[in-house]
Amino acid sequence: MDTESQYSGYSYKSGHSRSSRKHRDRRDRHRSKSRDGSRGDKSVTIQAPGEPLLDNESTRGDERDDNWGETTTVVTGTSEHSISHDDLTRIAKDMEDSVPLDCSRHLGAAAGTTLALLSFLTPLAFLLLPPLLWREELEPCGTACEGLFISVAFKLLILLLGSWALFFRRPKASLPRVFVLRALLMVLVFLLVVSYWLFYGVRILDARERSYQGVVQFAVSLVDALLFVHYLAVVLLELRQLQPQFTLKVVRSTDGASRFYNVGHLSIQRVAVWILEKYYHDFPVYNPALLNLPKSVLAKKVSGFKVYSLGEENSTNNSTGQSRAVIAAAARRRDNSHNEYYYEEAEHERRVRKRRARLVVAVEEAFTHIKRLQEEEQKNPREVMDPREAAQAIFASMARAMQKYLRTTKQQPYHTMESILQHLEFCITHDMTPKAFLERYLAAGPTIQYHKERWLAKQWTLVSEEPVTNGLKDGIVFLLKRQDFSLVVSTKKVPFFKLSEEFVDPKSHKFVMRLQSETSV
Amino acid sequence: MSYIPGQPVTAVVQRVEIHKLRQGENLILGFSIGGGIDQDPSQNPFSEDKTDKGIYVTRVSEGGPAEIAGLQIGDKIMQVNGWDMTMVTHDQARKRLTKRSEEVVRLLVTRQSLQKAVHQSMLS
Repeated sequence: MDTESQYSGYSYKSGHSRSSRKHRDRRDRHRSKSRDGSRGDKSVTIQAPGEPLLDNESTRGDERDDNWGETTTVVTGTSEHSISHDDLTRIAKDMEDSVPLDCSRHLGAAAGTTLALLSFLTPLAFLLLPPLLWREELEPCGTACEGLFISVAFKLLILLLGSWALFFRRPKASLPRVFVLRALLMVLVFLLVVSYWLFYGVRILDARERSYQGVVQFAVSLVDALLFVHYLAVVLLELRQLQPQFTLKVVRSTDGASRFYNVGHLSIQRVAVWILEKYYHDFPVYNPALLNLPKSVLAKKVSGFKVYSLGEENSTNNSTGQSRAVIAAAARRRDNSHNEYYYEEAEHERRVRKRRARLVVAVEEAFTHIKRLQEEEQKNPREVMDPREAAQAIFASMARAMQKYLRTTKQQPYHTMESILQHLEFCITHDMTPKAFLERYLAAGPTIQYHKERWLAKQWTLVSEEPVTNGLKDGIVFLLKRQDFSLVVSTKKVPFFKLSEEFVDPKSHKFVMRLQSETSV
Repeated sequence: MSYIPGQPVTAVVQRVEIHKLRQGENLILGFSIGGGIDQDPSQNPFSEDKTDKGIYVTRVSEGGPAEIAGLQIGDKIMQVNGWDMTMVTHDQARKRLTKRSEEVVRLLVTRQSLQKAVHQSMLS
């Protein structure tokens, strides 16, 4: 899913066979390296939507790219024994998808449900058992009992609604360890119900209590206790974490995107879940293609020594002596790579802006070709189009500009042609302007914006030195790891503010002309 | 000392020559000035005409070079080393007086008593 190859599916198939096109392109490339990549773009064919963007041989890199040296893959699939980066990620993804369903998660839910059911039915049982077992000996009970029956009924209803609102929710995450507070509450409820049953069994069933009112009051007291436990659950599970006590800094390890959040008292695992929720809509999507410095900057690092670095700054050699010599020599030599980096960046910036301008103009122009059909206008039914057809009609004029822009900003793995068409259809349906259509492509959006199956990963690893059921404290650092990157979270306590008051009399706002300023010389 | 727009200002002036005293890094003259075209002239306690925006001496420190040279509080400074001080801002006046390259400043100052003295000498 995270891939570094830039193969686009737009102009993949033209009339020619693949090998001849390859040769032709190699010859063309040698002739003029800097020529604009328009030779492949002349034939923009609209493909069937089911065409996948990547295929198995995509590691060969984009042959039709303008600067083909710029977007490269780290591991090429040239030898038979090597596996490409794509294969690796695919294998890993298969592994994580085939993890068996967590039985422990369902166990917890099942235990909770049975406990809830038990505690709900217990008062009813308390009320129903005496009339069933010793109806003849029971004293009839008058209006007081009826009042108590009504209160029991309504309290049970309130309890039911409250439990439904609070507990009957799809769990959003499976935590590595037991959720301590919830387990505590379950134990509390269990003890409560058990002790009530104990008393009931001894005092009422065995002794065959004759006063029904007493029994009813006993049941009412149980329902009250359950309502209070529910209140405790609300406070512990929902309210306690609302008041912000800590500030968290979340930094992505690969490119340094960072955010600050305020949280209250939570255990580390719950904080991790909360942060992940925020990650998916706050952080720009992880784009591995944007990480490496361009090769032209780093390639000139070492020369005159028989050391070949694969473009990485900290390449390790077999002999430490040689590496030390290399480092020393490199340090002594005047290092101009920052110069090249600066110019490379400026050039790239200019290129991106130019492409962006072309894209904006193309899209604006394309949108002028479409108009919403008014009710009163009578049009030939052949000319009337539904949004999908309208989108396809105007897509062709902007496709080339869009493709080139996405390639320059290294975003094309994220946007298939089908997704662009769908988005265009969506914008046309809701009368959006070209600018609204483009906001999705001009800035890298949060991860949740992109197609779910490709970019949403469900398996995260929480790495922490403290036990994860501990509460947050000042200075805790933990990691949330994915395969390619990790989020480093550090905690700081919100300072204690000393607020003091100063009273200003509204009549005290008086002004005079400025006195002659006196300067001593 | 009143100023009629369009007419040259005439006043009876006294020449005061102050030798600056070196105090550490600075050269001080030992008095304070107030006034300037960017200041409020109605606050000036020493001026006769409350629209006069000239530079006035507001304080003379005891035993300082200004007192030794004969500068008095309430004097209006007309010139410093040939530079006019009747139409300057407060900061410009400060700068003209505190040039580091000059050790001696020659001021032309005027005061009420001078005018009166000249009058009386003319009458008698």
